[in-house]
Amino acid sequence: MAPDPTPTPRSYAPIADEDPGGFAGQLLAFGEELREEGMALGTSELLDAFAALEHVGWHRQDRFREAMASTLAKSPEDRRVFELVFERFFFRAAEAQAARERIAEAPPGTIGGSEELALDLEALRAQIARALKDGDEGALRDLARLAIAAFGRGEGSGVLGVDVQRIRRALGLRTEPQPDLPPDDPRREGVPREQLRRFEQQLRRELERGLIQRTRSLPPKRPLSELDRALPTGPAQDLAQVHRVVAQLKRRLASQGHEQRGRKRHAHVDVRRTMRASLQSGGVPIELRYRPQRPRRPEIFVLCDVSTSVTSASTFFLSVLHALHDSFRKLRSFVFIERISEVTEVFEKERDFRAASEKISQDAGVADISGYTDYGRVWTEFLAEIEDELHPRATVIVLGDARTNGRPPREEVFAAICERAGRTFWLNPEPRLYWNYGDSVISAYARFCTAFECWRTDQLEDFVRALTRPT
Amino acid sequence: MPDALPEPQSVDEVAAGLRGVGYLPGSSTALVSYLAAKLGKPVLVEGPAGVGKTELAKALARYLDRDLVRLQCYEGLDEAKALYEWNYRKQLLRIQAGTAGGGQAGWGEVQDDIFGEEFLLARPLMTAIASERPVVLLIDEIDKTDQEFEAMLLELLSDFQISIPELGRIAARSRPVVLLTSNNTRELTEALKRRCLYLWLDYPEHEQELAIVRLHTPDLDERIARRLVEIVDQVRELDLKKPPSIAESIDWARALLLLGAREIDADVFRATMSVIVKHRSDLDTVAARVGAKLAEPAVDAA
Repeated sequence: MAPDPTPTPRSYAPIADEDPGGFAGQLLAFGEELREEGMALGTSELLDAFAALEHVGWHRQDRFREAMASTLAKSPEDRRVFELVFERFFFRAAEAQAARERIAEAPPGTIGGSEELALDLEALRAQIARALKDGDEGALRDLARLAIAAFGRGEGSGVLGVDVQRIRRALGLRTEPQPDLPPDDPRREGVPREQLRRFEQQLRRELERGLIQRTRSLPPKRPLSELDRALPTGPAQDLAQVHRVVAQLKRRLASQGHEQRGRKRHAHVDVRRTMRASLQSGGVPIELRYRPQRPRRPEIFVLCDVSTSVTSASTFFLSVLHALHDSFRKLRSFVFIERISEVTEVFEKERDFRAASEKISQDAGVADISGYTDYGRVWTEFLAEIEDELHPRATVIVLGDARTNGRPPREEVFAAICERAGRTFWLNPEPRLYWNYGDSVISAYARFCTAFECWRTDQLEDFVRALTRPT
Repeated sequence: MPDALPEPQSVDEVAAGLRGVGYLPGSSTALVSYLAAKLGKPVLVEGPAGVGKTELAKALARYLDRDLVRLQCYEGLDEAKALYEWNYRKQLLRIQAGTAGGGQAGWGEVQDDIFGEEFLLARPLMTAIASERPVVLLIDEIDKTDQEFEAMLLELLSDFQISIPELGRIAARSRPVVLLTSNNTRELTEALKRRCLYLWLDYPEHEQELAIVRLHTPDLDERIARRLVEIVDQVRELDLKKPPSIAESIDWARALLLLGAREIDADVFRATMSVIVKHRSDLDTVAARVGAKLAEPAVDAA
């Protein structure tokens, strides 16, 4: 093998020599890593995992993973974290062990240069496309390695993402249909996006494996950033996730108040049901029955900043609120940048998130000259427009980053709004860390309302819970 | 514990067995069912409505050749309806019979007597563990109950026993396979989750749903079945009040078969759409989003 030309990327750490204590040790370390990512993992769960593994063959990765997941991850959110950590942990563990024991595969360079393979590139392309269609995971992995050998050309650029895309292009794999290809070519119809993503993942993994082998060092462990769990921010981002969040919220709201029974028992006695229950004890009302507490169905005014800094978060938020329309008595939404404009109708007609955000950006006419948010003016306009409709049972929700771009915040007008409305909430899509830095004046407004930070799904859920909490 | 019934020996055996009774398990479903039988732990099955959570329990019962004991949960469900209840009327009769016979049956005797098993009405949970032959116990929609009820389940789920104050501890005669289903409308307590294996069922992959539809309506033309599954997929993508379940896909397939449809075009879709979409507002959305994209019948006839 030629001397190694790849420089070790700076952040890579050399592999420690000690072994983390066999299989049990590895599993415990895995559990530890799950805990670090915020999963509540008890010893009993780990014991269950060991028990489960006694019954399941380990030679198949999918089985091994499912067995672990069913004993360790007990909710869809946990499952998602589990998948991410599983990938990261076992890849690193296996590679570290291989490097420790100096097991290496034949360097890709030795096959990459040979000529008969070069002749067969076209066949390889077709083969990969076919495997993608069939979704055969094992074959995909082998083919990914072949592809790296064939198209990887030496050591690559050192940046994995670039190499992956280069190889993908060389293979002619695209999601859109390619009508100029022969009719029997599986790529003609376009490769499904999901499968292409899986293949890219395989490529990336194989490339990373090669890099670890050559440099004998591990890439830094990337903690799952909060952003992996953050709210969908771009309209192009995974709509399925929006649906999931909304569906979940709807169900939670529908069942809200039920779980409160038992904890808060100061409710009114339901005479009818108490009498009925007393029949069992011969007419003596031994057991009291209470009227269930109804969740609050507030009347809501939403004000959303749609300037470029927060636009995607706010459209998402608006669409969530409108999806939850059933839970509110009345909901009116406004968007603003420099001026304010009502968009209730847009959302009533348009259930689709993307279409709604397009419509708003076209028709709302909220930008005046500069396109920068002017909170002072917005408060004045809002107050003028609906002053008469605000009443103590109304709730006002403001979504914005409270960045005034140096204009006067006019908090006294905002205070007037808060005074007229029953409750006022402020949702800030920025992490609390950035509040009051730069031109953010959230503290001036937070005196009059309840401010929430809201950039993750669980925070949104907390907020909706606060919103509908019976009082 | 008498356990005469054969236990499954491998994951593949469970998968094949479930398939044999008309349930196509996903990759994790078979594995978790196998683990449940092996480890004797309850399984918590979560997922959207209509993905076959309840059906899984029924299929398991058929496959393992066990009786299915079902407890449907609802708000306000209590011990008397889930576990056991004293048969007041019978107790009363017993007391009256004692006095009417003129006999001066001692207080202690009567008391011992009326709190015997003879006067106990077994409800589903009790039936399940008291059965001589192991059963499959389905606790359906556990998220509908309140937390007190969940807490009450804990003893049953971890030790398979029930404490009755008057009788003492009743241990299980056989160990049931327990499935709890939840639509995830509220967070279940950690304590309950800790005792269960977890299985998340989602809408099946395209190919799997096709296989399910084909299994239930083998006479339907494969081309139409494929088209049907594609359309159902599209409908699920929309933000509906109630997305179509697997059972509804099957119903739709049957409806198409009955109507002798040769193609799913705009007309057929309009006429049969109500099989998969059940809300007024959803109907409008689906008609506009999916129905409009389908070919008009004229194109097909040409």
